[in-house]
Amino acid sequence: MRPEYVLKLLENGERVDGRKLDAFRDIHIETNIIKRAEGSARVKIGKTDVIVGIKTEIGEPFSDMPNMGILKTGAEFTPIASPDFESGPPGEDATELARIVDRGIRESDCIDLEKLCIKEGKEAWEVFVDIHIINHDGSLIDASALAAVAALRVTKIPKLENDKIIRDKTEMKLPLLHTPITVTVGKTSGKFIIDPSKEEEEILDSKISIAVMEDGKICAVQKSGESSLSMEDINEIIDLAVKKSKEIRKLL
Amino acid sequence: MGMKTDEKLIVKGERLDGRKPDEIRETEMKVGVIPNANGSAQVRFGDTIAIAGVYGPRPLFPKHLQESDRAIIKCRYNMAPFSVEERIRPGPSRRAVEISKVTRLALEPVLFLEEYPETVVDVYIEILQADGSTRVTGINAASLALADAGVPMKDLVVALSGGKVDDTLIIDLCGKEDNYSEADIPIAFLPRKKEITLLQMDGQLTPQEIKNILKNVLKAGEGVYKKQKDALMKKYEE
Repeated sequence: MRPEYVLKLLENGERVDGRKLDAFRDIHIETNIIKRAEGSARVKIGKTDVIVGIKTEIGEPFSDMPNMGILKTGAEFTPIASPDFESGPPGEDATELARIVDRGIRESDCIDLEKLCIKEGKEAWEVFVDIHIINHDGSLIDASALAAVAALRVTKIPKLENDKIIRDKTEMKLPLLHTPITVTVGKTSGKFIIDPSKEEEEILDSKISIAVMEDGKICAVQKSGESSLSMEDINEIIDLAVKKSKEIRKLL
Repeated sequence: MGMKTDEKLIVKGERLDGRKPDEIRETEMKVGVIPNANGSAQVRFGDTIAIAGVYGPRPLFPKHLQESDRAIIKCRYNMAPFSVEERIRPGPSRRAVEISKVTRLALEPVLFLEEYPETVVDVYIEILQADGSTRVTGINAASLALADAGVPMKDLVVALSGGKVDDTLIIDLCGKEDNYSEADIPIAFLPRKKEITLLQMDGQLTPQEIKNILKNVLKAGEGVYKKQKDALMKKYEE
C-alpha cells in the first residue's frame, strides 16, 4: 500500500525520493517561451510542469478604482496534465489555485497598477495571468505562483497607436513594485514538509500557502486541507515559509 | 479567408519568411514530454507549438459509453489563452469542438482499437503558441503521442496544410498566410498507403488546384513522416 508507505517514511522524517523534509525538488525556470504572449515563463519543480502566459488587453477600470489597471488570474487544469483532471470549466481546485496566485500578486502590490491607467474611468490595461498546467506532480501553487512572477518580470506592454494595440512594438516594461514568493508548507503526522509531490499531497492532513515579500512581510495566506492546526503549528509554518522563500527568490 | 491585404505574400517566388512555395517551416519534434501521460509529444512548425498527451487505453466510465468490441477514442483540441495575439477566453469554442472532432476522425483509422474493448484512449492537444496550421501540428503531435503510448498503430499519421496565396499554391501556411489566403486545406494522411484521413477546405480553388495541393502535400509529407520516425527513435536511443 503505497500511501501507507509514504506516510510511514514521513513519520520517520524520510521521504520517498530521499529529500529532506524542508527541501524543494530541483527547480527550473525558463522565461519568454511563448512569442504570442506579452510575457511568459515555464517552471518545473521536479516533474511538475507549469506554463504561465501574460496577455494584455484594454479594458474598463473598476468604478471604485478608476485610475488603476486590472489584474485577472485564471488557471486551467487541462486534462493533459494528469489522469485525474477532466475537461470542463475550472473546478474548485483550479479556481482556488488561481485565486491564491492572484492574491499573492495583488496584495504584494507586485504590479504598479496605477501606471496602467490609460484614460481615467474609461480605459486601462488589463493584465491576464493564465496558468496552464502541463504535468501535475504536486506543489501546483508554488510552481504556478513562481511562474506567474517570473512571467510578469519579463512582460512588456505593447504600444498603443490611435487606440489600437500594436503588439510587435513595446510601450514599456510592465511596471513592477514587488516580487512575492509563495511557499506551501504541508503537515502530516506531526511533521512539516515543503514541496510535497502528488503522492505526498494525498496523505497531507493540511497545508498552508504563504506569500512572502522581499522584506519578509507576508501578503497572503491560505489554509487548505481537512485537519486543524494549532497556534504553534502556524508559527512554525510561517517561519519555515519565510526561510524557504529566500531560497526561491535567489532563483529569479 | 476573405480578408484582404495590400501586402504581397509572395515576392519573386519567395514567401514572407523566405520560404519557397513548397517548403515547410523549420520543425522540431520531441517525444515523452509529459511524465504523467502514457504517451506524449511536442511538435513545432515554425512558431506554432502543439503538445499532445495520450491517456489510455483505460477503462471507460460510465459503462454505457463502452463499446464491447473495441476501444473508443476521445480527442480534445484546446488553445492556451496566451497562444495568440488577442487572448482567447478559456473553454471550448465552436471552432475547438469541430477541430477536436476532425482530429479524432483523422487518427481513428490508424489505430487497432479492437484490441482494447471497453476502454477509452484520450488524446489531449494543447496549442501553446499559434502561427497558423495549428490543427495539423496538433495531429502530428497526437500521432507521436499515440505511438509513444504504445497503442498499436497501422502507421503514423502525417498532417500538413496546403493553400493558395497570391495565385501561388503553397504548403505549411503560417498565420499571416492563413489569414489572407485565397484558400487553405488542412490534410492528414497515412504515408505508407497514402490514405487521407483529414481533408477540409475553405476558400476558392479549381478542382485541378486542389489535386495539385494534395499531390504537393503528400510529397512534402514524406519529410514530416521521416521526422516523426526520427523523433520516436530518438526517445529510445536516450
